[in-house]
Amino acid sequence: MKYIFKALSLAVLLATAQSAQAALNVFACEPEWGALAQELGGDKVTVFTATNALQDVHHIEAKPSLVAQLRKADLLVCTGSELEIGWLPVLLRQAGNTNVLAGKAGNFEAAHYVRMLEIPSRLDRADGDVHPGGNPHIQTDPRNISKVGDALSQRLAEIDAPNALFYQAKHKDFAQRWQDASKRWEAQAAPLKGMAIVVQHKGFPYLEDWLGLREVATLEPKPGVEPTSSHLNEVLTQLERQPAKMVIRAAYNSERPSQWLSEKAKIPAVALPFTVGGSDRAKDLFSLFNDTVQRLLDAAK
Amino acid sequence: MFNQKVLVRAIALTFLLPAAAKANDSNELEALRAEIQQMKQSYESRIQTLESRLQTTETVAGEAGKKAEEASVQASARPTASNALNPDISLILSGTYANRSQDSKYHITGFQAGGEIGPGTKGFNLGESELGVYASVDPNFYGGLNLALAPDNTIGVEEAFIQTTTLPYGVTLKAGRFFSSIGYLNDQHAHTWDFVDNPLAYQAFLGTQFGDDGIQLKWLAPTDMFLELGAEYGRGRIADTEGRDKNGGGAGSIFAHVGGDLGINSSWRAGLSYLEVSPKDRQSDDLDASAAEVTNSFTGNSKVWLADFVWKWAPNGNATNTSFKLQGEYLHRKESGDLTNDSGINNYNASQDGWYLQGVYKFLPYWRAGLRYDQLNSGSVNYGDNAANLANSSYDPKRVSAMLDFSPSEFSRIRLQVSSDKSRQEATDNQIFIQYQMSLGAHGAHKY
Repeated sequence: MKYIFKALSLAVLLATAQSAQAALNVFACEPEWGALAQELGGDKVTVFTATNALQDVHHIEAKPSLVAQLRKADLLVCTGSELEIGWLPVLLRQAGNTNVLAGKAGNFEAAHYVRMLEIPSRLDRADGDVHPGGNPHIQTDPRNISKVGDALSQRLAEIDAPNALFYQAKHKDFAQRWQDASKRWEAQAAPLKGMAIVVQHKGFPYLEDWLGLREVATLEPKPGVEPTSSHLNEVLTQLERQPAKMVIRAAYNSERPSQWLSEKAKIPAVALPFTVGGSDRAKDLFSLFNDTVQRLLDAAK
Repeated sequence: MFNQKVLVRAIALTFLLPAAAKANDSNELEALRAEIQQMKQSYESRIQTLESRLQTTETVAGEAGKKAEEASVQASARPTASNALNPDISLILSGTYANRSQDSKYHITGFQAGGEIGPGTKGFNLGESELGVYASVDPNFYGGLNLALAPDNTIGVEEAFIQTTTLPYGVTLKAGRFFSSIGYLNDQHAHTWDFVDNPLAYQAFLGTQFGDDGIQLKWLAPTDMFLELGAEYGRGRIADTEGRDKNGGGAGSIFAHVGGDLGINSSWRAGLSYLEVSPKDRQSDDLDASAAEVTNSFTGNSKVWLADFVWKWAPNGNATNTSFKLQGEYLHRKESGDLTNDSGINNYNASQDGWYLQGVYKFLPYWRAGLRYDQLNSGSVNYGDNAANLANSSYDPKRVSAMLDFSPSEFSRIRLQVSSDKSRQEATDNQIFIQYQMSLGAHGAHKY
């Protein structure tokens, strides 16, 4: 019992120490939203990012460290569209943090603010890992980042009203830089328009929509199901009739299936960073897209 | 429409011009020129009006498109069916085939266990199917029901609880029937276990799993390190007993769990728990000194300490291809009370412990292999005046299990397990299990 009381008093001490720093605690489910919150919140926010670019966000352990971080969060920023359904609900129930429950201002789902693609017309697990709200990998289109940025900035101002002007100014600055950068990426990527590609996981519909890429095949036989050798052979045969320029995977995907196809079909295999931290160069949102466009252009040469 | 008309007239005008030039009379020519000039001006002004109208129309159309897009974004986020507020329903289907070298009469030598223990019957067995219904009740409560549908066509209420969601300061209050949060494995549902059965220490001291009717208070500290403290108070339905019919309760527990990360590759959790419970008529099978089967019934006081830890590792925290999980728990139980059997009621005191250690390695996507070692220590047992009847054995039950499982998706699993079970002093039971576990319906999110 003595130890428990000691632990208790220590915890209370730590709690008071933490409330002394006034910064808004942001819990970001994915690195891209962590980076966006940092861009928009500057030194008024402390961002904790729950996952990294080398992890598959569909499958994350509801680790004790995540419960502890969510407990003190003022704002939860996640993709939504059931991307985090395998772990976030447990965290929310364990953390006992009323600020970030669904429906509260502290619960922000990015997928609400963009136009969703690939909304399934039928829901059946026989189709693999289906997301009823549409494909959740929205961060591969900078226009989505911009829309989510608009909404997130408003949300920051709502939760932390005394700093509303600060967030507005930060957002104005970010939106301008983002618009300029987007124009640059679109100009650079213009030659990629109409290019046929193969993807490992159905993680790039928004990138395809943005750059006008044409997805001709998927290495996973069904979303979330690891590629099988028979399916890979089918894709290879298909590519003889309908050639593609390259095969694309996200940094967290196993490299073996796309490497195999790359050797057999003699097309380059491209690992895209997919999110911030997915490559050495993808250090923030801007360099994420710099690197993504550059890797696509290099492979298309 | 308007544009086309203007175009046709303009073309007609260009044909008119050369025709007019042929006219000899200069006055007439002048008049014509003036007229044409007038017409030109009039058309130019009309074209200008039209252009400006077109521009306005385009802007309006653009805005309409934008609005339509916004509407479609909102519409997609909106539930469309009248049953959209129905709770999450999940169904676990499971079945086992067991091949064993010994008969199904099970007991653990030297331990007064009780409850649903042992490896079950031989041959094909429908495992426990679980039906779970969970949802938020309102902004303040979350609730759930978990029914266990047993192969003998009985239904058991495994969990039926409500839980607060809006208490401040990280406090959660739970009430109803629920698995106690003591230890690591205790509050995990059978379909999340890494082996077909629970460790011997859990079977001997907790009747496999301790679920009670009562209340639970949990507090999560606002620290970077995970620190959770909790207490429970309930009627004491341990090991298939009915609990105490009295004011107040028949069981109380406290527990503390701490946890965190070690770099990005691994995470851990450790805990210490204490349970005090007063079982009434807890039935356990045993052998007497002449190796005849007897059933002992215990009524008294039982104090259990549990220490648990789990460590999980995966490269970069990505467990898709490779991962490793090491877990172990130590349980100590001290009991005093009365033991009743055919020879009457006698005083009974015991202090015994047990532990297990297991490792599960994912070596390929979908494939895992695991090894578990179980041991119980006979400790000190005093059967009182029953000593002549019940052998005071110093036998330490042991078991070794190895398993291999294949999970083609997060919703299905097929498992092979072999065990060498030395729970009984008189015989080693060599067991082979083949098991499937499938989950249908709402996407379950699993605890750490």
